[in-house]
Amino acid sequence: MNGQVNPSRSGLMMAHFGNPTLRQLVEDFLFKEATLLDEWRLDDWSELFTEDARYVVPTTDLPEGDPERDLVFIDDDIFRLRARVKRLNSRHAHREYPWSRTRRFVSNIQAQETDNGEISVKSNVLVYRFRSGEEAPYVGSIDYTLRWESGELRIAYRRAVLDQEGLSSHGAVSIIF
Amino acid sequence: MKIEDLVEDDRGRGVFRVHRSSMTSDDLFRLEREHILDRCWIYIGHESEVENPGDYRRRTVAGRPVFLIRSRDGQARVFLNTCTHRGALVCRRDSGNALVFQCFYHAWTFNTYGELIGVPGEDAYGPAFDRKAMGLGQPPRVENYRGFIFVSFNPDAEDLVTYLAGARDYLDMVVDQSSSGMKVIPGTHQYTVRANWKLMVENSLDGYHLVPTHRTYLDYMASLGTDDSGQTLHNRTPATAKSLGNGHCVAEAAARNGRPIAHWHPLFGEDSRDEIAEVRQRLVEAYGESRAYQIADTYRSLLIYPNLIINDLMVATVRYIEPVDARHLEITAWHIVPREEPPKLHSIRLDTFLTFFGPGGFASPDDVEALESCQSGFRATEVEWSDISRGMLKSVPEGTGELQMRGFWRQWHANMQGFSKTNVQDREPADSESAAIR
Repeated sequence: MNGQVNPSRSGLMMAHFGNPTLRQLVEDFLFKEATLLDEWRLDDWSELFTEDARYVVPTTDLPEGDPERDLVFIDDDIFRLRARVKRLNSRHAHREYPWSRTRRFVSNIQAQETDNGEISVKSNVLVYRFRSGEEAPYVGSIDYTLRWESGELRIAYRRAVLDQEGLSSHGAVSIIF
Repeated sequence: MKIEDLVEDDRGRGVFRVHRSSMTSDDLFRLEREHILDRCWIYIGHESEVENPGDYRRRTVAGRPVFLIRSRDGQARVFLNTCTHRGALVCRRDSGNALVFQCFYHAWTFNTYGELIGVPGEDAYGPAFDRKAMGLGQPPRVENYRGFIFVSFNPDAEDLVTYLAGARDYLDMVVDQSSSGMKVIPGTHQYTVRANWKLMVENSLDGYHLVPTHRTYLDYMASLGTDDSGQTLHNRTPATAKSLGNGHCVAEAAARNGRPIAHWHPLFGEDSRDEIAEVRQRLVEAYGESRAYQIADTYRSLLIYPNLIINDLMVATVRYIEPVDARHLEITAWHIVPREEPPKLHSIRLDTFLTFFGPGGFASPDDVEALESCQSGFRATEVEWSDISRGMLKSVPEGTGELQMRGFWRQWHANMQGFSKTNVQDREPADSESAAIR
């Protein structure tokens, strides 16, 4: 309004964009996760999850896909997630041995505390993967439900949605996306 | 190299090898289009993908943009996805529901029968302009076998059932799993592999690679307590393979892990035991003990020549291989399930699928790697041949043998030379063995 700052309006803006402290906390956590994945410290990565965790990647043609009903790419509980890590660490997951080089960029983070004390997170992710002379970006969003356990943030739910129309230059989701 | 020399098939010495130019040459790829993709029956989709009038699915089939649609009269039809005016795509989404398709370019409009029902400013055309003749093009042949819809761009193709030959019985085994019929669930696995399409055909039928390539999958299953623990190459599951005529082939094995239809496994939990027994009982009542055994207690990897795979293992996937060029293929894979199934079994089914199959599974990514690795290796053109002779001198086919791949390659070789059938003499002694995989 005529260039004047309206204090009540800036309060609304704060409410709209969320608590900066919470967002910073979440940002630090997601950056740590990205680092673990880029450095192939997958055992450490799997430690970030709760025992009742779920990791879902829907198909490219059905980003809203529900693993209870639809075909998805990945629908891991903690057992299969650990098995996925064990497989990728084994040197016999041939698509990823030798390991590909990846670099993750995490941005557009929105975090909100929910009524039950969990944190609901939205983020945008760009993962470049390089291997065998090929380069392919995995682009999309990752939604999380984070929970406090013994003073640490843990992932209870992780849903990674690809923006690609198909895995046209990837052939697989062989890395953790 | 002459076409007739691309496959060396010496039954007496047990030599079978394929010249690698068949998987790298652009000229041969063009010839494949002409002699195989443009002449055979090619899968386009399952009728359950278009349940309601106006439901459509856009596809690329044998290089053509097409779409499958349920017309207003309830019949599934296939149209070539190009405006008869100037060529633009008239169906511009991968799936949806529409009762009219209006080309955005000049606003020509077509209905679900493909008829041209709207031409802006039609009075500007002369008397030779025949709107009735300007409907959307269709593949010359479209046939539906128990829900599986195929097209052929060859007007003279034999009818689909005749074409399916011995593969029909195996398709029946998939469809007969459920008295309520089968359906494809939403969500498709679409991925490109930088490899010749025939490598994917081979891989989908290949029992020999399972243990070395998919060790991490087998280890995982063993860690869950399946009987695959301790399985080695030589004492593996009793298995067999067959040529089914017209290039169709199958590799079969006794089911070691559970199948929701209807092979219980401890992994499924005690609470699903009775439900599976009921499914089993229904199969026995409907088809008899022996057929029920075949449907429920065996795995099958079926090739419907040239480029459709139905892997009916723990659960069933339908995998269409679109040859893009000599060095690229595109996969579209679906999960086909019984229309009606107890929720617990359905949930087991969905979960089981993802462990093995697909871009995020514990097995398929390694197959992609294997294929791309072969294709890369083919650049060393001094090594000219690939060996596919395994088990050729055996009187009884084995699961780790390659009889089924030779069946595919023999049909391919006959087609490439302009013959629609292989010589009857092309069958191996083991081909006549009936499946005995108890």
